[in-house]
Amino acid sequence: MDRVFLYSGIYLCLLMTLPLYRAALGPTVPDRMIGVNAIGSKTTVLLIIIGIIYKRVDMFVDIALAYATLNFITVLATSRYFQKRKGLYDYQRPPKKFPPEGSAH
Amino acid sequence: MNTAVIILLAAGLFFFTGGSVGILRFPDFYSRLHPAGKCDTTGILFSLSALALYSLHDFSLQAVLTSLKILLIVVFIFITSPTATHAIVDAGVRAGLSPWAKEPDAEEDRT
Repeated sequence: MDRVFLYSGIYLCLLMTLPLYRAALGPTVPDRMIGVNAIGSKTTVLLIIIGIIYKRVDMFVDIALAYATLNFITVLATSRYFQKRKGLYDYQRPPKKFPPEGSAH
Repeated sequence: MNTAVIILLAAGLFFFTGGSVGILRFPDFYSRLHPAGKCDTTGILFSLSALALYSLHDFSLQAVLTSLKILLIVVFIFITSPTATHAIVDAGVRAGLSPWAKEPDAEEDRT
């Protein structure tokens, strides 16, 4: 049964690389916030799995609860900060948004 | 009991996989919020209930308290994860991010 939790933890770590791609080079800033939020919610589960592997669940549960709270506060603070900056990341589809100069009349 | 734990954990990991692939593959910021908001919440529900069931293995007061704390994390995530998703989409809307369309520059050519 220990082996099941070990492999689940390893699989969860490998699964974190997919939102990490979105968080590292997502095209806009809210995309990065989505990736960070997904990684944080996976880490909450991973912390309790680590606690079961080391047989100290009573300690790691508190760490996981604190991490969930910290993740929530981080996302709220960054979204409140970035919603005041209009036009900061309006660079979706850059070749179609900015046509070449010859086509504009 | 071990079978139930393994089935619940596998269901949670399945939902996590779907959410991660969805975050990677959806075309737009607004549509990427859909797997990020839902699949993570459901995956946390399944996998944390599996871990709470497993920590009841040796029945004592300490084990029951640990399971109750894990279920408290589930309740907390169920309140905060939709709130965080709503805050992110609020930031995107107020910053003027345009949603994904099938013909992105059809309207711009007409003007």
